[in-house]
Amino acid sequence: MEKSPEAERKPVIVRKAFLKSLPVMAGYVVLGIGFGILLRNAGYGVLWSVAMAVLIYAGSMQYVGIDLLAGGAGILTTILTTVMVNARHLFYSISMVDRYKNAGKYKPYMIFALTDETYSLLCDGETPDSEHADLYRFLVSLFNQLYWITGCLLGSLLGAVLPFSSAGIEFSMTALFIASFTEQWLRTKDHIPALTGLLATLLCLVVLGPENFLIPAMLLITLILTLLRGRLGRKAV
Amino acid sequence: MNTHAAILVLVMAAVTILLRFLPFLVFRKRTPAYISYLGEVLPAAIIGLLVIYCLKDTVITRAPFGAPELIAGLAVVGLQVWKRNSLLSILGGTVIYMVLVQAVFP
Repeated sequence: MEKSPEAERKPVIVRKAFLKSLPVMAGYVVLGIGFGILLRNAGYGVLWSVAMAVLIYAGSMQYVGIDLLAGGAGILTTILTTVMVNARHLFYSISMVDRYKNAGKYKPYMIFALTDETYSLLCDGETPDSEHADLYRFLVSLFNQLYWITGCLLGSLLGAVLPFSSAGIEFSMTALFIASFTEQWLRTKDHIPALTGLLATLLCLVVLGPENFLIPAMLLITLILTLLRGRLGRKAV
Repeated sequence: MNTHAAILVLVMAAVTILLRFLPFLVFRKRTPAYISYLGEVLPAAIIGLLVIYCLKDTVITRAPFGAPELIAGLAVVGLQVWKRNSLLSILGGTVIYMVLVQAVFP
């Protein structure tokens, strides 16, 4: 592998990045179609759908954004809502500060495109080729956004005429996260971070309900892991 | 009307971009040891959080008591442990879930 020329290695990286991104494809296309349909029903057509998929590129925020647009929300409300819905991205970025450090020209786009799903594909730090790690991560990020844009475009074009016999396909997103969780579990010895995430979130969900648990859960996880730092930190090094 | 909507889209985009870039801007020069530590331990915890997040609207107090999610979720875990192939696990789990919600627990 080391001896093959540069020109022969890049297509391999592209292929591996594409294979890595495949699990996200079905989920993003379906969720994007759902978004496009709802946005169209709210009175905003193809251009709006594609513009939001390109510029915002955050699934749950775009769904919330439909209500903001339809209700003619104020700018301050929009800012606060976006901060609340997307605050979790702070945590994704914090945990990628080191990993994306030397990504150079690819870095701005990789940060821009760090969605839940892209994060779950890239946070294990595995790459097929350490020399092209950044190109690989860039491509996974890009493929994912292309699936998302395709979905949003299709939903907006097809509208409600889509024959939707695919009930349950939204589980592909859940399955993606469960598979990532399992793989991470199999690959690491110390399961305390994984268990902290699972149990602290479950606790917040039970206590606070499905509407308000996400940010408290992230804060609780950060607090617990900070308190465990002496214990876990030594092992990590 | 359309100008206001366009402004709202741009505001949503700008705030989202700011949130994603903020940690990279703050810790640009040198990563504090504490942030590096969080980078080590947060990913596994956040994946756990996302699993719960996806299942948050599952109703377990009445039929089918979350059975499709439980069965399909266990299938994903089982396939992943067995074959270590994420694509296979995700496809298998999703197909099982679709059969369960469409045919077994409609």
